[in-house]
Amino acid sequence: MKKLIAASLLGLGLTVSAGALAEPVKVGMITTLSGGGSGLGVDVRDGFMLAAKMAGNKDLEVIVEDDARKPDLAVQIADKMIQKEKVDVLTGIIWSNLAMAVVPSAVGQGVFYLSPNAGPSMLAGKGCHENYFNVAWQNDNLHEAMGGHANSAGFKKTFILAPNYPAGKDALTGFKRFYEGDVADELYTKLGQTDYAAEIAQIRASGADSVFFFLPGGMGIAFMKQYAQSGVDIPVMGPAFSFDQGILGAVGEAALGVKNSSQWSKDIDNPANKAFVEAFQAEYGRLPSLYASQGFDTANLILSAMQKADVKDADAFRAALKEADFDSVRGDFKFDSNQHPIQDIYVREVIKEGDVLTNKIIGVGLEDRSSAYVGDCKL
Amino acid sequence: MTLALFIEQLLNGIQFGVMLFLMAAGLTLVFGVMGLINLAHGSLYMIGAFLCATVALATGSFWLGLVASLAGAAAAGAIVEIVVIRRLYDRDHLDQVLATFALILIFSEGTRWVFGSFPLYLDIPAALQGAVSLPGGAQYPLYRLSIIVVGVLIAFGLYLLISRTRLGMRIRAGESDREMIGALGVDIRTLYTVVFALGAALAGLAGALVGAIQSVQVGMGEPVLILAFVVIVIGGIGSIKGALIGAILVGVVDTLGRILLPNFFELFMGPSQATSVGSALASMAIYILMAIILAVKPQGLFAAGSQ
Repeated sequence: MKKLIAASLLGLGLTVSAGALAEPVKVGMITTLSGGGSGLGVDVRDGFMLAAKMAGNKDLEVIVEDDARKPDLAVQIADKMIQKEKVDVLTGIIWSNLAMAVVPSAVGQGVFYLSPNAGPSMLAGKGCHENYFNVAWQNDNLHEAMGGHANSAGFKKTFILAPNYPAGKDALTGFKRFYEGDVADELYTKLGQTDYAAEIAQIRASGADSVFFFLPGGMGIAFMKQYAQSGVDIPVMGPAFSFDQGILGAVGEAALGVKNSSQWSKDIDNPANKAFVEAFQAEYGRLPSLYASQGFDTANLILSAMQKADVKDADAFRAALKEADFDSVRGDFKFDSNQHPIQDIYVREVIKEGDVLTNKIIGVGLEDRSSAYVGDCKL
Repeated sequence: MTLALFIEQLLNGIQFGVMLFLMAAGLTLVFGVMGLINLAHGSLYMIGAFLCATVALATGSFWLGLVASLAGAAAAGAIVEIVVIRRLYDRDHLDQVLATFALILIFSEGTRWVFGSFPLYLDIPAALQGAVSLPGGAQYPLYRLSIIVVGVLIAFGLYLLISRTRLGMRIRAGESDREMIGALGVDIRTLYTVVFALGAALAGLAGALVGAIQSVQVGMGEPVLILAFVVIVIGGIGSIKGALIGAILVGVVDTLGRILLPNFFELFMGPSQATSVGSALASMAIYILMAIILAVKPQGLFAAGSQ
């Protein structure tokens, strides 16, 4: 009897899928949910799940696993998801060193990878792939905008530091691409480092007139708190990763007035963004960060492609993804030929709204910015 | 590099070492006296930081938070010892590692469940804000100086406790011969609970002190735990003196390595290459130090039996 039901259900399924685009899409999300970088992964996941819930599309199936910011673990999970769970789309990775370990082999096995955060330069240029889409940014982008801002702010000698991993190198490369002043010194710290006393002493001794730092998650919190106590009073700036919503709450007043760059901000004025910010606060009881917005956009991109094509028809699905026919919370959004976004990068300032520290846009840093590596991509 | 900068970096190294000492002291006592490998020591550090942040937020006083972190971590340590650890003394080290690793997962998930995944806010008290001028013109954060002072006082206190008090005598006796001290009528179960709670309180204190200048979040204890293990292996397992010297050594080598190595490589290669080679080597420095020390003195600098 059971067999009969199963067979008839199967038959039913076949007829339906032949008629409409009801083939379910199985998404595997590998993201960081424990350890020092967990705030970022939780935000990406929550943003993604919120979009899935708002769309109410029963054909989108998501499985989530924690990579604990360990490349070897991420590779294991990816293999399991591709071979055992048979996922169609992978997403979720926060850190570029993990993305470099997972993405090339995943897309090589015919799975789509949509990056909601990491955008290492390797994958934007020579290493680009037809199944790899970046929905967030190429790593250099936000830092490039800050390099431009440093010029207009009149800084002549900036001390720059970032963690020693692919995104950290991209960050400082990006900053220097647009910055015209001198670099007082360039430092790479350990990924996950929590004590910056030695680096702050270097900053003090360097005679710099400003500090640019890229330290996401707990690293940024530790740096800002220690910097505020050090007696060094030259201005700091950075990408949004160093001043996202999760960091501001833990750093407190020390971050007030700091300029940072982002492709998203909660005060971008468009209906999609307003709905997102409201729904996120209602669902989770906190303000969204840029990571949450990236997760939200990634889910909406997948949903938009599902409307147009069957995921089993890889060419059609790829073309549908490439159209990027969804309302991004960033406003204008389209893919360049290397399947990385072309978008505006804003400069924001940390302000106080009531009791809550948050960011407010004060200008556009780079308009319709693509990535510097697009020419190296053969797509 | 000027002398003032060097002194400042040396102080940074010592401050980092002193923090490690607070972690390592408890770890080495527990290992030395009870022969137990406690991986959950980092969780007690995290508990200290979270308690301090919560109480400081509720009452507005960092000092109350500090008291809460000491008391709370000691209580958590005592409970863990009575409920779980007590059953592990006669077991294999592998069983101990497994059980205390399970404790890490329980504490981490429990903390996440109560406080969420996002870092908590904890600021240093108003009295310790800002920087002071050192002789030679360097500026140094007052709070970090205070940490050094607290660490030195605690090291001295532990020395007095172990060498001058009855409790210390029992701890030393427990280290050399567990069965004999039990046979002499010392209540070894209570002694173990007290030692474990003492180690937990020190870890909790370290967590609270560090939480104020770093981020208070789930998983903050494990990176420190690894360093604390390096410290006790270098210092010699079971030795408080070894823990102190090992901790300072690790702190100074790590801090100065981070600064000096990139500068050193800049002498014969381009700046960006020098930074990446130097940084990579700097993160290995303490493990290289450990390997060298173990090659020369396999028991560590001050192994418990030889002091």
